[in-house]
Amino acid sequence: MIETERLTRCYGPLTAVDSLTLRAEPGQVVGLLGPNGAGKSTAMRMIAGFLTPTSGTARVCGHDVRKEPLAAKRALGYLPEGAPSYGEMTVREFLDFMVRVRGLDSDVAYRRFDEVVMRLELEEVLEQTIGTLSKGLRRRVGLAQAILHDPPVLMLDEPTDGLDPNQKHSVRMLIDAMARERTILISTHLLEEVHALCNRVAIIANGKLLADATPAELEARSRYHGAVSFSAQGSGVSREMLARIPGVSMVEVDPLDGRVTVFPKPGQPILEDVQTLLRTQNLEISEIQLERGRLDEVFRQITTLPRGGHA
Amino acid sequence: MSPVLAITRRELSGYFVTPVAYVFMVIFLVMAGFLTFYTGDFYDRGLADLQPFFDMHPWLYLVLVPAVTMPMWAEERASGTLELLFSLPVSISQAVLGKFLAAWGFIGICLVLTLPIWITVNYLGDPDNGVILAGYVGSWLMAGAFIAIGTCMSTLTRSQIVAFILTASVCFVLLLVGQPQVLDFLQDTVPPKLIGAMGQVSLFRHANAIARGVLDLRDLVYFFATIVAWLGASVVVLDLKRTR
Repeated sequence: MIETERLTRCYGPLTAVDSLTLRAEPGQVVGLLGPNGAGKSTAMRMIAGFLTPTSGTARVCGHDVRKEPLAAKRALGYLPEGAPSYGEMTVREFLDFMVRVRGLDSDVAYRRFDEVVMRLELEEVLEQTIGTLSKGLRRRVGLAQAILHDPPVLMLDEPTDGLDPNQKHSVRMLIDAMARERTILISTHLLEEVHALCNRVAIIANGKLLADATPAELEARSRYHGAVSFSAQGSGVSREMLARIPGVSMVEVDPLDGRVTVFPKPGQPILEDVQTLLRTQNLEISEIQLERGRLDEVFRQITTLPRGGHA
Repeated sequence: MSPVLAITRRELSGYFVTPVAYVFMVIFLVMAGFLTFYTGDFYDRGLADLQPFFDMHPWLYLVLVPAVTMPMWAEERASGTLELLFSLPVSISQAVLGKFLAAWGFIGICLVLTLPIWITVNYLGDPDNGVILAGYVGSWLMAGAFIAIGTCMSTLTRSQIVAFILTASVCFVLLLVGQPQVLDFLQDTVPPKLIGAMGQVSLFRHANAIARGVLDLRDLVYFFATIVAWLGASVVVLDLKRTR
C-alpha cells in the first residue's frame, strides 16, 4: 500500500508537488498521469526516500518514509526515471550487487534472480556491460532490479518510455501479472498505457491532484461519452433529422472525411434511435461506433484548466 | 552480506574494471620509487630505513587521492544512480562508509605493492622493521584522512573536476599549515596560541611523527577524528541535498 498525506515539495519559490494526498491499495495499478513537469517524478522520489518532503509525508506498507525510511525502502521496488544503472558493470554484476546490498537470503534470492532474468529476457546479455546495452535493454535491467526482491509495492517512473511496441507489450504483461497482490504506482504521459494497465488514474498538473478516478469514470466525463459516430455515403442529408432525435444535443460532421458524430444530452442513450433513423433513411453505412469517451480530451480539459480550478 | 560491505565490494571492483586503478597504481609505484631514490637521497644518507620513502607520501597523496575520490559521489549525482542508491534500504552513513572503505582499501593495496622497496632496504642493510611498519600504518592513516576529505568534497558537487580541485586545495592547506617555514613566516602576525593550534590540525605534523616510527596515541586519535569528522560532514551534506 502507498499512502501520501499532504505531500509537498518546493524547489525555492516553485512548488513542484502541492499537498498531494493519494492512496494506492494492493491489487491496484494506479497511473500517475500528468503533463511533463507536473510533479510526477518529484512525488515518486519522495515516496522512494530520495528526496525529503518539504511538508507532509508518505507511507509505504504503513512505514513512514520520514520515520522508518529503511523499512519503507525494503517494501519498495523502484524504477527511477530513465532507469539509471552503473554503466561499467555487467548485468549480472549489477543485479548481484542489488541482491547483496538488500541483504537477501541467498538461496531464495538466487532462485528469484534466475526467474527475473528469464521473465525480462535478459539471459543473453547477462555478461554484457550495461553501458553497451540499448535503451530498451537498459530499461529492462532497471525493471529487473526493481522486482528482484519481490516487493509488495512497486513504483515505476515511465516504465515503457523508449521501448518498441513489442517490448512495451511485454512490460505491460509483466506489470499485469504482478498486479494481483501488489500495489503498483506507475507514472506515464501515455494515455494508451492507462487503458492497457491501470485500474485507477490520478491526474496531476502543477503538482496538484486534479482527478482521481477509474479510466471509465474519466471517459464518462468526455463529451464523446455515449456519442455515436458513423461514416456513410451522402450523410449530409440526415444531419437535421439526427438533430431532431430526442436526447441528441448536437451533430458534428468532420469536414475532412465526412464522419458524423452525434452527441447525446448527458446520460441519454441514443444509439438505438440513431440506428433506427439511419435504417429508415436507407443510407449506406460503412461503419458505426458507440464512443466510450476520449481520455485525451478529458486529460486536456483537466490539465489545462486555470490554476485553482477543480475538475 | 551487510549493505556496507556490498557497497565496498562494488566500488572496489569498480576501480578495477576501468583503467583508473591500473593507471593509479603504476603512477603511484613509479613516483614512490622515483621520489625515494632520486629526490629523497635514499642512498646518500647511508641509513637503512624508509624515511625518504614515507616523507614523499603526503605529496603523492595530495595529487593522487583526489583523483580516486573525485567520482565517488559527484559521478553518482551526475549519472542519476544516486537516486537508485538512495532508494535502496541503505542509510546514508552506510553508503558513505562503504565507499570510503573501498577507496581506503584500494590505497592499502597500493601500499602493499610497494613492498619491494622494503625488501630492498632489508637486503641492503639491517633496518628497524618496527619503525617501517609504523611508517606504513601512518601512511595508510594519512591516506584515510585525505580520502575522507575527498569524500566530503565529492558530495558537494556533481562536477568531478571541482571535487578534485577542492580536495587538493583543502589537503594542501592542511599539509602546509604544519610546515615549519609557514609557521615561522606567520610568527609575527598570528598569536602564538593560534600557531600552536595550526600545528596541531596539520596533517603534516602528525604524518611526520608517524613516519619517524612513533605510533603516538595522539596522532592516531588525530587521524581517526579527522576521518570521522569529514565522513560525518559528508553524511550531513548528502542529507541536506535531499531537502534542497
